[in-house]
Amino acid sequence: MTRYTSATPEDRAEMLAAIGVESTAELFAQIPAPLRLEEPPALPGGMSEAGVYERLAELAARNVDCERQVCFLGAGMYDHYVPAIVDAITQRSEFLTPYTPYQPEISQGGLQAMFEFQTMMSELTGLPVSNAGLYEGPSSVASAAYLAIGATKGRRRFVVSRGLHPHSRETLATYCEGFDAAIEEVGLDDGATDPGALATAVDGETAAVFLQSPNFLGAIEDVEALGAAAREHGALLVVAVDPMTLGVLKPPGECGADIALGEGQPLGNRLDFGGPSFGFFCGSEALIRRMPGRIAGETDDVDGRRGFVLALQTREQHIRREKATHNICTAQALNALAATIHLAWLGREGFRELGELLVRRTAYARERLAAVEGVELLHGAPVARELALRLAAPVDRVLDRCAERGIAAGYPLGREYPEHEDGLLVAITERRTKAQIDALADALGAAVAAEAVTV
Amino acid sequence: MSRQEEAVLTIFERSKPGRRAAVLPEAEVPEPPLEELIPANLLRGEPPRLPEVAEPEIVRHYNRLSRRNFDLDTGFYPLGSCTMKHNPRLNERVAALPGHARLHPAQEPKRAQGALEMMWLLQESLAEICGLPHVSLQPSAGSHGELAGLLLTRAFHADRGEERTKVLAPDTSHGTNPASVTMAGYEIVKVETDERGGVDMDDLRAKVDDEVACLMLTNPNTLGLFDENIAEIAALIHAAGGTLYYDGANLNAVMGHSRPGDMGFDIVHVNLHKSFSQPHGGGGPGAGPIAVSERIEPFLPRPHVVRGEGGNGSRAAYDLDFERPKSIGRLRGFQGNFGVFVRSYAYILSLGADGLAEASETAVLNANYLKARLAEGRAGRHLPVAFDRHCMHEFVLSGKPMKKELGVATLDLAKRLLDFGFHPPTVYFPLLVEEALMIEPTETETKESLDAFAAAIDQILAEAEEHPEKAKQAPYTTPVRRLDEVKATRRPVVRQPL
Repeated sequence: MTRYTSATPEDRAEMLAAIGVESTAELFAQIPAPLRLEEPPALPGGMSEAGVYERLAELAARNVDCERQVCFLGAGMYDHYVPAIVDAITQRSEFLTPYTPYQPEISQGGLQAMFEFQTMMSELTGLPVSNAGLYEGPSSVASAAYLAIGATKGRRRFVVSRGLHPHSRETLATYCEGFDAAIEEVGLDDGATDPGALATAVDGETAAVFLQSPNFLGAIEDVEALGAAAREHGALLVVAVDPMTLGVLKPPGECGADIALGEGQPLGNRLDFGGPSFGFFCGSEALIRRMPGRIAGETDDVDGRRGFVLALQTREQHIRREKATHNICTAQALNALAATIHLAWLGREGFRELGELLVRRTAYARERLAAVEGVELLHGAPVARELALRLAAPVDRVLDRCAERGIAAGYPLGREYPEHEDGLLVAITERRTKAQIDALADALGAAVAAEAVTV
Repeated sequence: MSRQEEAVLTIFERSKPGRRAAVLPEAEVPEPPLEELIPANLLRGEPPRLPEVAEPEIVRHYNRLSRRNFDLDTGFYPLGSCTMKHNPRLNERVAALPGHARLHPAQEPKRAQGALEMMWLLQESLAEICGLPHVSLQPSAGSHGELAGLLLTRAFHADRGEERTKVLAPDTSHGTNPASVTMAGYEIVKVETDERGGVDMDDLRAKVDDEVACLMLTNPNTLGLFDENIAEIAALIHAAGGTLYYDGANLNAVMGHSRPGDMGFDIVHVNLHKSFSQPHGGGGPGAGPIAVSERIEPFLPRPHVVRGEGGNGSRAAYDLDFERPKSIGRLRGFQGNFGVFVRSYAYILSLGADGLAEASETAVLNANYLKARLAEGRAGRHLPVAFDRHCMHEFVLSGKPMKKELGVATLDLAKRLLDFGFHPPTVYFPLLVEEALMIEPTETETKESLDAFAAAIDQILAEAEEHPEKAKQAPYTTPVRRLDEVKATRRPVVRQPL
């Protein structure tokens, strides 16, 4: 008997007798003998609860997390403050331990929370329909591509801005092997998508145009203007957005987007070294029957009482199998709940104020950092909460020196943008104080001076 | 006003202008108008109409909502193929340690050694449990693992200069299988089930040819039966040049007893939210790592967690390997659902080798015991088992006689179970069993729970013999009663009008 099972020897004897067998070995006899393991797997023996805690705590202690370092890393996931009520509510058994709400009569809490989530995301993005969430940002981009093929009667070509998150572009490319679709990338000009190149790239075979705003280099894109090319050729306009900027930036729905999606982590979800978080996915009315994932809908019960169900299940794999709009089943419901609670906590005013705070602190950081010797701005486009710098010294060495001062200075751009080998992406949240930004400026200045490449 | 009526207000209906919860930090920096920082045409006019509610009422609202959910911590939840086993709270505690929860995913590997080592250890553990040498933790859930497996299959064939078009899967397969096949650009071909509940070998032989890229199989299958012909099936597929994919949704039946790798599978996905105790969260998060054979390894997603030997007695170093030229690429952002990995690794450490084997053994014992209890009396008459032999961790009953003799459908029985405080089994799946009820009790249930469930089924059937309309109108005691799902689909209201 392990700590999570309850069958005593007496229980076992009674149960085996009821089944009519001598031992459980008879039950496992349906597995052909050569495939039955003689020995248990080569894993260590079980541990006490305290022992497991100590082991995991020891591993955790070997990570430099945001409590031990001032974190200017972003690149899609951000060190925002998650209010205490998010933990308190999402850890309740009633939200933590149910399955997907296939039995709506006993799942009204989860279903209503999904409905509230959908309403909030619809408000944020300015689009009328939201699903209840997908895995995370980049795979949501790939899911939009799959939708676009169907919505454009089989067009199989995508035009993608180089400002779209590299992980999104890579994930899209992976999925496109299955979709048998082609991707054309459009470059950036001074940080933002090159409008002329985009207009040239989009044609009558293009299923969708993918933009991100703010883009990966932090630049706010003129989505409305860029989107004209998509409209002209009947392609869907898909815009990836940072939800935390939507209190201040014009929402995709007001810029002509057909789909707005993105990484949901900034809303109520911890960093968790990259997951679990969630992807949000909003679209126009016309796309509702092609949406991927769960969607909660309002309805009535037989007594006329208000209730919620999983709506439009005929899109989904458990009903439609190979004709489903997507294969997704288990997604990220609890993470979407965390976002719902966080957004309720921020509220209408708080959400806008937070967006303004990010913009102003980022503006301060931009001015402060650009004034540092050996540091300059990578582009001149407007930014909201993240900015790209160029360093006059090897970025990895600068990062090491800043780390010695307890600062994670930012995300090095070189791997994914070889044209910006000297690039560093710096992210701001409400947790990054003026003093910390000043400390970053000092650390960067000292590190660049020490590591500067002498000509 | 009753508690239930009170709770149907949404958070938006509790909103009043001027109320708020969040108090934000001071700006501390100059506060020019936003138009001076960002061109006006890129700025938003009105902020999103989020609710305006103070913290006490937010907490009450979501607590009230929570009480309108049934959950595993409250009662028996025998959903077939979902493995609703206990979710240890220890796992929540270790996942919440700041070294995990506040670790940025772009932290440089040298400053995230604990996280990478843990991921590597989990990879090794899953490889051992699956009997396959290599593991990628990247897929976010089972269906994501399936898509990964099919894209790996495509890359494997392409590397040999082949392009194949078809994927085989039994008619008992999970719905995600055919949906993933379509997304991966293949055509699904259904294989029939024989009279013993396994793959129909004649049908399989007739359908295997050099256009077959892959066979997807769940073993034990969704009838809870282990396919005894698995070695022959594997030989057939491999001889035809295809890959063999294992849908790991039912791995909880065989942990420590049998390994998919030994059965001949090339690619396996593992549902960490099923077999490895990650809470289901009302529909996620989960994680769907994949274990693969040597011939599939070159194509695994990137980045991949690798271990380098430390020189001169120093500690081994862990890294993210991006240099994988044959890789199918990324399936998602960053490294995967790390928080889920922490919980599942804690679970594996807690149980250890013997504990995992014991968990599966008890899961099989519990399923067979409940099956035996339900073969007695009224249940035995009205709800016969679909394939009458020993099952593994789950089994399938047919409500066909109940529907015919009592006029009570499987759906009615499921709804009446709600009044008795049980979550119903999976219903109407697998499709080949009429009026199916698919029951998976898991190892963490007591004999008393199983007995109580069997008694409830008997009581409902006894009631149905006298008053069938009682079940047909059920449930009665739930926060709402049967809901109009047709209306929700025909005229969908998917957000609140404000």
